[in-house]
Amino acid sequence: MKKNQSQEELIKGIWRDNPVFVQVLGMCPMLAVTNSAINAVAMGMATFFVLVGSSFLVSTFRHLIPKQVRISCFIIIIATFVTIADYTLLALVPTVHKELGAFIPLIVANCLILGRQEAFASKHPTKLAVMDAVGMASGFMLALFSLGAVREILGDGALFGINLFGENYEPWVIMILPPGGFLTLGVILLFFNWFKFKKDEFLEDVAAAERSGN
Amino acid sequence: MNAVAETRTPSSLRLVLTLAIAGLISGIAIIGIYESTLPTITANKARELREAVFKVLPGVSQMQALVYRDGELVAVEAPDKDEPVVYGGYDEQGDFVGYAMPAAGPGFQDTIAILYGYQPAEKIVVGMEVLESRETPGLGDKIYKDAVFVAGFSALFVEPEIIAVKKGTKSQPNEIDAITGATISSKAVVRIINEAHAEWSAQLPAPGSEPQLRATEPAGTEAEQ
Repeated sequence: MKKNQSQEELIKGIWRDNPVFVQVLGMCPMLAVTNSAINAVAMGMATFFVLVGSSFLVSTFRHLIPKQVRISCFIIIIATFVTIADYTLLALVPTVHKELGAFIPLIVANCLILGRQEAFASKHPTKLAVMDAVGMASGFMLALFSLGAVREILGDGALFGINLFGENYEPWVIMILPPGGFLTLGVILLFFNWFKFKKDEFLEDVAAAERSGN
Repeated sequence: MNAVAETRTPSSLRLVLTLAIAGLISGIAIIGIYESTLPTITANKARELREAVFKVLPGVSQMQALVYRDGELVAVEAPDKDEPVVYGGYDEQGDFVGYAMPAAGPGFQDTIAILYGYQPAEKIVVGMEVLESRETPGLGDKIYKDAVFVAGFSALFVEPEIIAVKKGTKSQPNEIDAITGATISSKAVVRIINEAHAEWSAQLPAPGSEPQLRATEPAGTEAEQ
């Protein structure tokens, strides 16, 4: 039972409650840094680190943090992790850090992270909180990557900087400009809602069939 | 602390203490990460600058920072903060090759910072490297991604001034083909070079009397800004 629950917390963030495609959280980095796959993955990894670290600390100290100042405490914890991620990226991968620019410090303001602390980590034991954070962060990274990959392939004819189509491919430049982000995200959200709609319809059909069968 | 404590309103002292302790731990963590990454970051920046200088000045293998003080260009160990600086490039024998001049100005989105190689004897620009820009991906970023445009700066006459012309119409040694779809960004690069040239030309010594490479200096140790 216990094991099932922690698995459930891990998996829900990747598909059923995907932070981007289902909860529609964290749109700012989602649209801003997904003009290439490598930027999207770097942003996803930074967010992963911050979310898992913060969830771990918040959940571990959840009984020590008074309710009245919990938001301030969460923000202090998140901001510390963001600063650590910022300097680490600057030291290890300066070129990626240059591309992501102002969006690394802005992870502090990602509502996905504060949202998970308030909704989950501050109310659940450490193990579940970390599972939840890993799941949500993976879902976020997956979403960033799928958007970044689509935009880079269409807009630049490449993936991770490797040319895919050769010289004759005319890049669809608008895909790596801001409108391309909105377009791609819109199409993906359309797919997710269509899928959900179809699934509901299917479940209704099954229920109806069961009723008539009885 | 247990469930009973949470149902009562905690004292203000406890709230203040909680935040103070959180802030203190956070501060220590931030100082720790800053101190431990600083050497790598400084080294990265120095290496980037050195690579850029060697890139814009073909044939250069040694460099030193030069600043304009008391009416002449002098070599310095470490320039003061905010002091305009150029880099002198020298070949293996220590002979002067050219200057690498940092310059910056407004582009289409934000400030573009570039470094360009300049040979005062022939008054030509011999190379250009964009150090920092936030130009539109796919359009304005061609100022450093478009190899043809960058190569256009390999022998560009600076007098009376560089002019960006429509692609394919270059006819004079001081003209450069602008990038189709990135006219504003390419003109911005040209303007930045022109302005930097106008500013520095009076301060650079006559060709042939450039500051000597300081002999004790191992190659490239003055890269730190």
